[in-house]
Amino acid sequence: MPDEMVETLIYAKPDSLTSTGTHYCPGCTHGVAHRLVAEALQEMGVREKTIGVAPVGCSVFMYNYFNVDFAEAAHGRAPAMATGLKRLNPGSIVFTYQGDGDLASIGAAEILHAAGRGENITVIFINNAIYGMTGGQMAPTTLPGQKTTSSPLGRDVETQGFPFKMCEILSQMEGSAYIVRRSLHDVPNIRKAKKAVRTAFEVQRQGLGFSMVELLSSCSTNWGLTPAAALTWIEEHMIPAFPLGDYKVHPAAAALEKAR
Amino acid sequence: MAKELLEGNTAFAEAAVRAGCEAYFGYPITPQTEALEHMSRRMPELGRVFVQAESEVAAINMVYGAACAGARVMSSSSSPGVSLMMEGLSYIAGSEVPVVLVDIMRGGPGLGNIAPSQGDYNQIVKGGGHGDYRPIVLAPATVQELIDLTVLAFDLAEKYRWIVIVLADGSLGQMMEPAELPPMRPVRPVDKRAPWALTGAKGRAPNLVTSIYIDPAVEEKFNFRLVAKMRKIEAAEIRLRELSTEDAEIGIVAFGTAGRICQTAVKAAREEGIKVGLLRPISLYPYPYEHVRALSKRVKSLLVVEMNMGQMVEDVRLAAEGRVPVSFYGRMGGMVPMPDEVLEAIRKMHAGQPVEFPGALDA
Repeated sequence: MPDEMVETLIYAKPDSLTSTGTHYCPGCTHGVAHRLVAEALQEMGVREKTIGVAPVGCSVFMYNYFNVDFAEAAHGRAPAMATGLKRLNPGSIVFTYQGDGDLASIGAAEILHAAGRGENITVIFINNAIYGMTGGQMAPTTLPGQKTTSSPLGRDVETQGFPFKMCEILSQMEGSAYIVRRSLHDVPNIRKAKKAVRTAFEVQRQGLGFSMVELLSSCSTNWGLTPAAALTWIEEHMIPAFPLGDYKVHPAAAALEKAR
Repeated sequence: MAKELLEGNTAFAEAAVRAGCEAYFGYPITPQTEALEHMSRRMPELGRVFVQAESEVAAINMVYGAACAGARVMSSSSSPGVSLMMEGLSYIAGSEVPVVLVDIMRGGPGLGNIAPSQGDYNQIVKGGGHGDYRPIVLAPATVQELIDLTVLAFDLAEKYRWIVIVLADGSLGQMMEPAELPPMRPVRPVDKRAPWALTGAKGRAPNLVTSIYIDPAVEEKFNFRLVAKMRKIEAAEIRLRELSTEDAEIGIVAFGTAGRICQTAVKAAREEGIKVGLLRPISLYPYPYEHVRALSKRVKSLLVVEMNMGQMVEDVRLAAEGRVPVSFYGRMGGMVPMPDEVLEAIRKMHAGQPVEFPGALDA
């Protein structure tokens, strides 16, 4: 009875993603994070008014994978560039996508002041505790004792300092409307991350202020672990150091989340 | 519009407003802060964008973002602040978006001081940031020129999708003199922004503004495109003023405030019967090499006067090609040469004596 077969589409590529294959390593969570962003943009129907700002880092070429307007920022300067883009396109949805070195080290001033100004942009913060693109050096979020190519004996807090906890820091800024930390290490957490990404973009659409979703992510290549072991490492080592949760939620943002 | 008594910094800021500038991003630094203050009041009252950034690094990247949005945008700063902007300027050049910057130079190096200087000629004219590019550089000598060149800067920036830097100094920024502001131009409507602008991909393919070309062959192709742009700019945008150079035996070359001082000295020397003329480059990039070359063929010697240890003098020597001796007289550290000092140098050259500048490379 072939004419009675009905094809039901239950899963497809969001309209804000292109068909280009990514350059990411096997097991990398960037692909998951990209998809969460794309799904949120599609659900909100804002693809045609979205402008992304790509960072310097592994996701430097992310604009090849997104079917939206994009700018490529200098290392760490994405929040400043996004400020210019958003102020001149106030009706658009502007987001940055930044790694830990980009956001918490070289761009620490730019992210702090974007939050301080309550800049109405959304930041997707990929924290994998290492510099990926340059080949595995110590990041501002590298854990104490974690071995990297520039902390070969393990990060010594006596000489190399402590990890930066950006959600904790940025939630102190009065301009922040939505600051949460999620993880991409398993499906339940990915679903929670998805919800947070959507809320962050809704916060921007409502003009509530600065929004950031920190996503604990893996880097199997530079951690020297299999993709599966890397996901376990997130759960066992990163989450204790970077507790998941809502660090700042504007009352109107809470209402937005509830309404969905 | 009638002439008013205007302060340089306020005047160029208001000129930018009237040229249709939609956004200003800056950071306070003496001796240009009055421009930022003027913008902080004027831009919001006109419904335009003003942001006091956390640093010049952030300011120029906000400018970069706004330029990507296809808006008329500018910043202004002074020497140490402009140093911080070099990263952003290089990215802006690598992305070919139009940006206007006014640099009110002060004494240096380092923190230096807040007095007038021309010490940043090499930094600004020869590129500044990393990589291969030359911004268009315009050097005013009066508040009126500061106004007019700021307006021109926006038009050139958009014409060539390029950086235009108005290079002035602390005396021009701080002085008051009669000048006329241009009429108010309308701001370009958002729907009239350039087709490459990032405004959201509504009904079109996505736009991308980037400065990364990971494949060397593609990067070189881009570099060649910039070379072609430079050649086009060099062919069309040379600007200068000449005073009494037709019969001159001594030719002076000086830009900006130094050029203005030399003008007074030339007039005084002419009264003494010394045949001296002045060539004042207004576009420092593109540099008027051909005009300096032509001058070097007419005169017996050249004198370059700058408020630095001798930077533009290298370009004059390039143009003169060893044809005539090129002397240099400069003051530094925020010290401004008096017309009498230049007159004395002219007299010495007229008498066949060397011009005194410690360590000067008299050709």
